Amino acid sequence: MDFTTITTAINSLLCRYLPEQGVVLAESILAAICLILAYVLFAIVMIFMERKVCAAFQCRLGPMRVGYWGLLQVFADVFKMLIKEIISIKRSDHVLYSLAPYIVIMSSVLTFSCLPFARGLHALDFNIGVFFLMAASSFGVLGILLAGWSSNNKFSMIGAMRSGGQMISYELSVGLCMLTMVVLSGTMQISAIVESQLDGWFIFKGHIPACIAFVIYLIAGNAETNRAPFDLPEAESELTAGYHTEYSGMHFGFFYVAEFMNVFIVAGIASTLFLGGWAPLYIPGFDAFNTAMGYIPGIVWMLGKTFFVIWLLMWIRWTFPRLRIDQVLVLEWQYLVPIGLVNLLIMTICVVMGWTF
Amino acid sequence: MKRNRKKTYVGTVFQAIHSLLTGLKVTMKEFFTPKVTEQYPENRSTLQISERHRAQLYMPTDEEGNNRCIACGLCQSACPNGTISITTTTVTDSETGKSRKVLAEYHYDLGSCTFCQLCVNACPKEAIKFNNKFENAVFDRSNLILKLNK
Repeated sequence: MDFTTITTAINSLLCRYLPEQGVVLAESILAAICLILAYVLFAIVMIFMERKVCAAFQCRLGPMRVGYWGLLQVFADVFKMLIKEIISIKRSDHVLYSLAPYIVIMSSVLTFSCLPFARGLHALDFNIGVFFLMAASSFGVLGILLAGWSSNNKFSMIGAMRSGGQMISYELSVGLCMLTMVVLSGTMQISAIVESQLDGWFIFKGHIPACIAFVIYLIAGNAETNRAPFDLPEAESELTAGYHTEYSGMHFGFFYVAEFMNVFIVAGIASTLFLGGWAPLYIPGFDAFNTAMGYIPGIVWMLGKTFFVIWLLMWIRWTFPRLRIDQVLVLEWQYLVPIGLVNLLIMTICVVMGWTF
Repeated sequence: MKRNRKKTYVGTVFQAIHSLLTGLKVTMKEFFTPKVTEQYPENRSTLQISERHRAQLYMPTDEEGNNRCIACGLCQSACPNGTISITTTTVTDSETGKSRKVLAEYHYDLGSCTFCQLCVNACPKEAIKFNNKFENAVFDRSNLILKLNK
């Protein structure tokens, strides 16, 4: 299914009634509403999935009481969060303190809008898509640093500094992995990256270097989202809650939702770059199979792959213990970055020599 | 072969991957094992409580309804917080003419019992035991004082 028919229909409809600038404004607002609704919807699904998957890994059942199979648990949580008071801290930097959660959520929504959900169902798509995506995702750390700084709390500060050190370091590995896939695809436009995977996903086309990049991306992506085993910035046992210790109510909710949605975004980017985005499974030679796969709509493929990668990330999260800060940095600078660089070189050689499928 | 051989860089990478995969295998197994959560009020019909669970003191009786208590009072004195109180009467045996203490009433206060089992251990005749009927909630504390002998 091609969503461009729907979007062009809406566009021509609006053009009939509004001047040109009005059309742009109306479309932007429409797209923003859709994006934020999708963002909240996926956040709810993610929180529920996190609870259930976490429970399964710990041999429990998870929430079972609120609604059938605990389905209404997340709504109860959100409602609780909404009715809580937003406390302002004495001697905190009030402006930055209230600004920080919005910066975090803004970066998260901006990155979310780069994800391609189906052909034509793609909010931000231009020729330096991957660059934009990295830029948008990396200014979330600014919000975290501000939150830690403006809270006037040593735990928040330590958490924020750890988060800064960790996220800026791991940004490098994420970037190298993305670069490896950009070398393979030859373009930075996200829609073009997905289009070129219609005849085979990059993880199969790029074989060994793509697999190594995928594993490094999963590790670095987990660190980017501040989740265990890289949850030092909010290590409960050491720093109460890290950078969001002083936040309450919906300000805390923004950090919480942004953190969950960053996992969704990391998984979405992984499925776009490595697992073909909305491109169906294609095996050369099996024509009947490929046509059958083609009938499954792209949005199902995209969400299926994304939630599979989320499940992988949760599996990692609920398996490994937390690393120490020096171990985190050693892992990044002594292992992931050199391996990522060598891997980039291998991928370049493969592409130049034509050793890809 | 030297014992403290320094590992090479590549060696540590593969060793780390191996150890991480071991951990992932363990949790994967756990993911598919049947879950241990008991959904209590719904599963009352299938609930399995361990035989050795101490929930309430009771006096086992034989077919004729006689208990084995000899009213020696050892359980009462063994109890650390006065949960058990025994009243006795003296009866005279009609054949031998000897008088003998028998149990009149065996009062057990479930509300102050710590389930330490010292009374059961002290009993020389195994006249008292713990059962596993654990649903002991009542609306009034006076309902917790139980008379064990019939």
